[in-house]
Amino acid sequence: MTTGAARRSAFRRARGDSPAKRALIHAVLIAACVASVYPLLRVISVSLRPSNQLLSTNLALIPPGASLENYRALIFDRDFTIWLWNSLVVAATSVLVGLMLAATAAYAFSRWKFPGRRAGLLFLLTTQMIPAGMLLLPIYILVVRLKLFNTYTGMTVAYSVGSVPFSIWILKGYYDTIPRELDEAALVDGASPLMAFYRVIVPLSTPALAIAGLFGFMTAWNDFMMARVMLQKATMFTWPIGFQKLMDQFQTAWGQFAAASVLVAIPALALFLYSSKWLVSGMTLGGVKE
Amino acid sequence: MRLGFCPGLPASEVVKALIPLTWEIVARGLGEIGRLLGIVAASVVVLEGLAYLILYRLLRYKYALPFMLLLPALVGVMALIIYPFGFNIYLAFSNMNMFRFKEFSVGLSHGITNLLDVFRLPVLQKVTFFQLLSRTVLWTVINVACHVLGGLGLAILLNRPMRGKGIYRTLLVVPWALPQVISALAWKGEFHYQYGFVNLMLERMGLHPVQWLTDPRWAFVAVVLVNVWLGIPFMMVVLLGGLQSISQDYYDAAQIDGASAWQQFRAVTMPLLKPVLTPAVILGVVWTFNNFNVIYLVTKGGPMEGTDLLVTSMYKAVFEFYRYGFGAAYALVIFVFLFIFSAVYLRLSGGFKGAWES
Repeated sequence: MTTGAARRSAFRRARGDSPAKRALIHAVLIAACVASVYPLLRVISVSLRPSNQLLSTNLALIPPGASLENYRALIFDRDFTIWLWNSLVVAATSVLVGLMLAATAAYAFSRWKFPGRRAGLLFLLTTQMIPAGMLLLPIYILVVRLKLFNTYTGMTVAYSVGSVPFSIWILKGYYDTIPRELDEAALVDGASPLMAFYRVIVPLSTPALAIAGLFGFMTAWNDFMMARVMLQKATMFTWPIGFQKLMDQFQTAWGQFAAASVLVAIPALALFLYSSKWLVSGMTLGGVKE
Repeated sequence: MRLGFCPGLPASEVVKALIPLTWEIVARGLGEIGRLLGIVAASVVVLEGLAYLILYRLLRYKYALPFMLLLPALVGVMALIIYPFGFNIYLAFSNMNMFRFKEFSVGLSHGITNLLDVFRLPVLQKVTFFQLLSRTVLWTVINVACHVLGGLGLAILLNRPMRGKGIYRTLLVVPWALPQVISALAWKGEFHYQYGFVNLMLERMGLHPVQWLTDPRWAFVAVVLVNVWLGIPFMMVVLLGGLQSISQDYYDAAQIDGASAWQQFRAVTMPLLKPVLTPAVILGVVWTFNNFNVIYLVTKGGPMEGTDLLVTSMYKAVFEFYRYGFGAAYALVIFVFLFIFSAVYLRLSGGFKGAWES
């Protein structure tokens, strides 16, 4: 039996990379991996430095006299926990609002051929071309006028819509892959179109909702530019602003910044690695058309 | 409440036991969010009620339901993307600045002055628009070229059966997976003249340390290095996906015809990679061109405006020099440049069609 795979591996073996070439490839890849991971290892290393060793020229990954002093100071003496809370509140709420807006809109785009449908989808795509920096000033002035400066409300509202166009595209693509027969069956059984949506479509599209939600959450959670403009009060800072302030005190707070980075980066890293395969498959699923 | 000092107990003991995040702060946050969600829900109900009455009852419109489903998102996008966009154009025709925040005037003459100012005066104090534009183009070209070359190189190395492939892949995406703010700030520390690892390593190799953050030229090199480091993994993942979708049969056929490795790359890999490469390059160009975080967090555009790009100087003109009308006009100019680029590129390359509409 000559399957494609067998033929392929036969060819591979015939072509066979020489041991020297294979060693070279591994050497290049290892060097690239070191370059990609070393800065993170350095951050971990700096976070473990005791305060009398903070400014040292030592390159050892585990610093002499390693301690968790920076973590303690960060959590109890700095507003670190407040920053995380602020970021969490703003990111979670804006995702909730954004997803609700996007899910129903995507359903309309997926199931009805109403006039203006194509134009609407294209329009959503075009809004993504407006650079965020350009909307900064008008949104800032509107927020100041509405007295929403330094508030969760202002931040949440500004973030919630930003990812809506992208979410609509992802969700619409996914809904398109759910057979219409399923919601039609619900309609035949006497459900209203909205019931069909909530009972049939929403449960079936949890992977796409999760991807769109994750994307929206990450955007709001990691945002620096908008937060920098909209937040001035120290107790309202989200973590990116707080981290920048920490780094401004490099001489004394470098270690605490590093500790803070480790605490935020490790979960982010784990989440990214966990969801990346899923993310790619979700994106391609979204691209499949009926 | 946060206790600073308690008589009878050593102050440090009391402080140690409490984190700054108190129940008051949590409750205040939840209260404000609850109120916000209530307002959002109430306005959706009112909006939908009106739409129901008008579209369904009054007009008996066939597509009343889809439009009602669309309405909240439409209003949101209008209010927070389209309206600010229009408002920005309006501001570009105003003389709004720090002293005229409330009592500003709007007129064609202000618009013309603002637009001319963009091109004839230094945007901040020193560097002019055209210098910034050429620097931004240089920045974009260097970065995207390095991203594509680095990403393609790594993708080709990884696109073969080998031991440890999964581990390599995982380690190589780390720069992409880390929050950008953290990486940029961490790099800022590592470019410190005395204590950053970059100079420490140069010294151990017997080279002179470099004034990374105080010499404008080296500062530009530093931000480019950071951004190249950040951007390679994305290209690598995208291109690896593209390479894996190319059937081995093409290479087999090419080999039978006696094509060398380079000829295979030119004749098979590149053309078949194009549908993946084109949208990735467009995205890369737009992201890099608009990059704010890396520049602002590593160098703040300094020293002496030496690393400012169009976007960071716009940000500073608005939020550090408080020239609102001018900043709005400037933003508009940048947008037009980017828009023209995207339109031309999309036309020349056949655009997103291959990737999204299949």
